[in-house]
Amino acid sequence: MIALGIVPLVGTSYLYEAILTPFLALALAGLGLNLLTGYAGLLSLGSAAFMAVGAYAAFNLSLRLPILPLPVTIFAAGLVAALAGVIGGLPALRLRGFYLAVSTLAVQFFVAWALNRIGWLSNDSPSGIVTAPRLVVAGISFEDARGRYLFSLAVVALLTFAAWRLVRSPTGRDLVAIRDHETAARITGVRVARTKLLAFGLSSFIVGVAGVLWAFAYLRTLEPAGFNLDRSFQILFIVIIGGLGTLRGAFLGAGFIVVLPLILARLGAAILGDGFDSGTLEMCQRIVLGILIVAVLIREPAGLTALLDRAVGRLRGRAA
Amino acid sequence: MRAALLAGATLLGLAGGARADEQHFPLQSYRVGPYAAGGTGFFGGFIDYLNLINSRDGGVNGVKLTWSEGETQYEVERGVEVYERLKSRPGIAAWNPLSVGIAYAMIDRITADKVPLITINHGRTDSTDGRVFPYVFPLLLNPYSETSGIVAYLGTRAGGLDKLKGKTIAVLYHGSPYGKETIPIYEKLAKTYGFKVEQIEVPHPGNEQQSQWLTIRRLRPDFVVLRGWGVMNPVALKTAQKTGFPVDHIVGNVWSNSEEDAIPAGDAAKGYVAITTQASGTEYPVIQEIVRKVYEPGNGNLADKKRIGSVYHNLGVLNGILNVEAVRIAQGRFGKRTLTGDEVRWGFEHLRLDEAWVAELGAKGLFHSINVTCANHEGEGRVTFQQWDGTKWKVVSDWIAPDWASLRPIIEASSTAYAKEHGLTPRDCAAEEQADAGARNTAAEHASAESR
Repeated sequence: MIALGIVPLVGTSYLYEAILTPFLALALAGLGLNLLTGYAGLLSLGSAAFMAVGAYAAFNLSLRLPILPLPVTIFAAGLVAALAGVIGGLPALRLRGFYLAVSTLAVQFFVAWALNRIGWLSNDSPSGIVTAPRLVVAGISFEDARGRYLFSLAVVALLTFAAWRLVRSPTGRDLVAIRDHETAARITGVRVARTKLLAFGLSSFIVGVAGVLWAFAYLRTLEPAGFNLDRSFQILFIVIIGGLGTLRGAFLGAGFIVVLPLILARLGAAILGDGFDSGTLEMCQRIVLGILIVAVLIREPAGLTALLDRAVGRLRGRAA
Repeated sequence: MRAALLAGATLLGLAGGARADEQHFPLQSYRVGPYAAGGTGFFGGFIDYLNLINSRDGGVNGVKLTWSEGETQYEVERGVEVYERLKSRPGIAAWNPLSVGIAYAMIDRITADKVPLITINHGRTDSTDGRVFPYVFPLLLNPYSETSGIVAYLGTRAGGLDKLKGKTIAVLYHGSPYGKETIPIYEKLAKTYGFKVEQIEVPHPGNEQQSQWLTIRRLRPDFVVLRGWGVMNPVALKTAQKTGFPVDHIVGNVWSNSEEDAIPAGDAAKGYVAITTQASGTEYPVIQEIVRKVYEPGNGNLADKKRIGSVYHNLGVLNGILNVEAVRIAQGRFGKRTLTGDEVRWGFEHLRLDEAWVAELGAKGLFHSINVTCANHEGEGRVTFQQWDGTKWKVVSDWIAPDWASLRPIIEASSTAYAKEHGLTPRDCAAEEQADAGARNTAAEHASAESR
């Protein structure tokens, strides 16, 4: 986590615009989902929907209340996503495991449907695709490549710190208690229903803000199709591959899912040359990535975090 | 991770390297995923034409054409990644993403980088107004003029536009932003011509349309317009056959007009009519030359040679023609060298290919003409209609001109709102035209002399 802060402040705009900014946005989404799935043990397939709620809420707030400064808009958008999360999390009071996952699918489809159906949400744009507002805070523009990265980094660092505090607080321990044994948690006095909804709310807040970063800092446009079920799966895989129940896991997982394919593509293009059919290259890349995922999960089902910890432990052991 | 990131960054640094007198086309292609049929055909045709110009003419006035591809799978974030990766290549002429979503995400970026963005037959309707969108070119057709063209054709089928009065037209549209984009314009045209319009949504992906076609059966429309995509199109044709709606009264839009839409429907597609800006088939001299000079030496881009001359392939070739001629026209003005993106933009804004010029390019019958100006970035593309005979498309109409004049105020209202929202001052096209009028005359002479 700390390493992220010292990512060298030199580099091409490609590094910032196409690698680091989307990496940060999806890592943040993974972090949010990890609170819910990794810590509280509640499986959700609606992460992309909460990203969409956050992004569209921020778009509408900045469109209709332009006096609000951008940080306030983003915070309010997070709150809207949190509200959506609490509502979407209501079935969690009765459902568990796969059944809960299926019920969150309803959220996923409902949000996509609403964004498609209610023209007001996208300012009655005929094509349904809208342009994100400019990234300006207190007169300072974050419009260039490095600015977009630093802006995202600041938001992600802030929320990561908040999440770090949360998981060490009594509430954080309640989340884990529910995950590990719901009945036991109830007997020891954890207010299960309240804590579950809180988990949905907090998780969706972070995922919603991640949606704002994705749309405002990276793509600069919003369209419902960008927040489909594939995106929800992508975030879930980030969490699983990175490691459930760890904050670092989201960053490692996002690195694996977002950055590694790009590096593979560059390596492939550098080895095979420009003339090589890009479709075939893409297929090869998918095969390599698939093999890597299987290899990582066989070596370490607890994800990259555990793999890394073991490697560090071994190095220490050797040094000692 | 950090080491890996740095390694990636170093690789990027190595990818550049400037060479003299080359014009580059970065391609955000999609050869994988659900849109692959369109992507392989379109980008295949585009590359085939660039290849033809290089091997036959040695480039455009000696300037070689180069290209590089990045796979997007039609996904916006991948398109943006490819843009950021390829934008530092030297001598970029224009971007041609063939994706509305990617195009939208690029508008700010290409405007800042001063490179043209070509969205042939699709894209943002109000970018037709070049005063507000100086670098965006929805060449030949935008969703509104497409709709107007379809209604004009239905007018000829009914025996005159005035005969549309009292008729019923059902529009079966894909449940997506793309599908819904033309709802207001159909309503408006229905008012203008006095027909009744019923717009029926098919939820994505559209592999189940029983209830929609039962509705159509109840409404008994005179025509059904199919505004579909992908699997929705063959399913619509098959369901129409099952519910007894005559297939020759179904008219497909520009994303429902390919072989890939008709062939899977089998028998049910026989007689289906669809709009197009470019005829399909291999009989045009330019396609013949591509077969002889590109495919016979084994440099063709399509894996399946049977797709030469298909709708998407010919659209790619046409896109190649328009890009190359824009470069040629800009060279006439600025010199026969590698041009900047802004200079190529000038070329696109003066892309005026009349029927004689089109014939000289070996494309007579493939497409009609184009007339792009500073204010009109669409360029008055004509449309034609083709009918599926069970194995191939056959052109069944003249070249029809959409009613641009009535669409222009709607487009300007939208672009003016965009300009206001983004704090832009529209360009003064008259003043700009006047400023380089002298230079342009000589440019046109040059260019037409060169093309011979």
